[in-house]
This record gives sequence, structure tokens and C-alpha cells, in this order.
Amino acid sequence: MHAFANPKRFLGLARWLTPLCLGTGLLLTGAALGWGLFVVAPDRLMGETVRILFLHVPFAWLGMGGWMGLAVASLVFLVWRHPLAALAARGIALPGAVFTALCLATGSIWGRPAWGTWWVWDGRLTSMLVLLFLYLAYIALAQAAAREGVSARIPAIFGLLGAVNVPIVNRSVVWWNSLHQPPSITLGKSAIAPEYLVPLLVAAFGFSLLFGGIVLARMRALLAETQAEARLRRRAQSLEAEAA
Amino acid sequence: MREALDQWDFVLAAYALGVGGTLATAIWSWLAMTRAEARRDRSREK
Repeated sequence: MHAFANPKRFLGLARWLTPLCLGTGLLLTGAALGWGLFVVAPDRLMGETVRILFLHVPFAWLGMGGWMGLAVASLVFLVWRHPLAALAARGIALPGAVFTALCLATGSIWGRPAWGTWWVWDGRLTSMLVLLFLYLAYIALAQAAAREGVSARIPAIFGLLGAVNVPIVNRSVVWWNSLHQPPSITLGKSAIAPEYLVPLLVAAFGFSLLFGGIVLARMRALLAETQAEARLRRRAQSLEAEAA
Repeated sequence: MREALDQWDFVLAAYALGVGGTLATAIWSWLAMTRAEARRDRSREK
């Protein structure tokens, strides 16, 4: 891990990994969603709306997984002070927020025909909404810290503290009564029929690759901005020194 | 009495939103990356 903290080595890897992740992710996601939309039969209970799960579940997993990645990157930054770890956390924040928002939106669209309502203030939906607000707060905090030249430790501490919400989202359907169904997939076990499980796992893998590709693209953009600004600052300082 | 809802309307709305949102984020991130890297390369040349 320490080897990739070198920006040059990271860029060497990210240059080919970014298009690979995005391209493969697009192909796999497209295939899985086409499978879910046109091939899979309607469910006995959920009817046609079962097809929404191929989007909604990967968004939920990546929204939660994204924050765990952000928290790990924040911890690495706080412990080892790797600047790339802070960039990784900032790179994760945007796709994490988008995927969490899409999870809430697709869940709401699924809830209307399934539950008869767009929204309920139960444990799962509310804790997922809190996760979205945490992402938005992190983005605002990290941008403010970068703009004002303040230490990236403040957003990193926030990233670590926010991780408390992830197990709450995960266990909310077990701890509290909810309209939301209990977990259908746990480690090594699944209550979902293979007909639905296989395209769901392919979609989850495809969306994960897309998520990874977006994170790498965001990290490369943030790194390039930092390098360009540092270079311009150095040039301005040397011009000032020459003028003096 | 339950309303008669066409489930396909909800499915298509979810797919349009999910696919559109993901693609927009991926394209925007890619363009922001190429712009930022071009700016860094220009600052190197100056």
C-alpha cells in the first residue's frame, strides 16, 4: 500500500486502470441490466418491479461500501499522512453521494407500487438519508479545507466518525420494525432465487467497476489540480523573488 | 381499494434515473479529469 502512495506510481497504474474499469464496468452493467429488464421473469410477489432490484441493491451496497472506503482512506491519512489517501477519500465522496441518492430514489420508485407509498420514516430509509447528508457534509468540508489551505485532518476525522452510521444502515432492518424487507443476502447465504441472484451479482460487479473507475478519475483530477496549483504558486514566488 | 398502477412505468423510471445518473457521473468525472490533466500539462510547458 505504501508503494502506491507515490503519486508517480499511482498515476502509472491509474492511467490504464481508469479506462479499463469504466469500459468493463459499462459492458457488464449494460449486460446485467439488459438481462434484468428483458430476460428475467416477473416475480410471483413483486411482479415486474423486481427488475428495480438490479439497480437499487448495487447502489445501496456501493453507497455503504463507499463510506467504508472513505473511512479507511481517512484512517490511512491520519496514521501515515499519505496525501494520496486524502485524495482517495475525496475521490470516493462524489460517487458515494450519487450512488446513495440513486439508492434512495430507486427505492422510493420501487416503494410506491410495492408498499403504496414513496417514503416512510423508518430505520433503513432514514439512516440511508443520513448517509447521503454525511456524504454532502464531507464534500463541503473537504472542499472548504482544500480552498482555505486548512489541514485535511478535519474532513478525515469526520470521515472516520461518519462510519458509525454504516452498521446502523446495515442492521436497521433487524433492529427496528420496517416496511423494508430483512437482509436477503448475507455472508454465504441468499434468500434470492438464482434466476435473480446471478444478474444481481453481475450488476453489482459492473457497478463496482464503474464506481472504481469514477473514483480513479476523480483522484487523477484532484491530483492534477494540486500539481498545477503548486507549480503556479512556485512560479509566482520565483517571479516575486526576481522582482525584489 | 388499491389503485391500478402500471408497474412498467416505475421500472422504466428507475432504470432511466439509475442509468442516467451513473453515466452522467462517469462522463462528468472523465471530462473533469482530462481538463485538469491538460491544465497541469500546460502549466508544465510554461
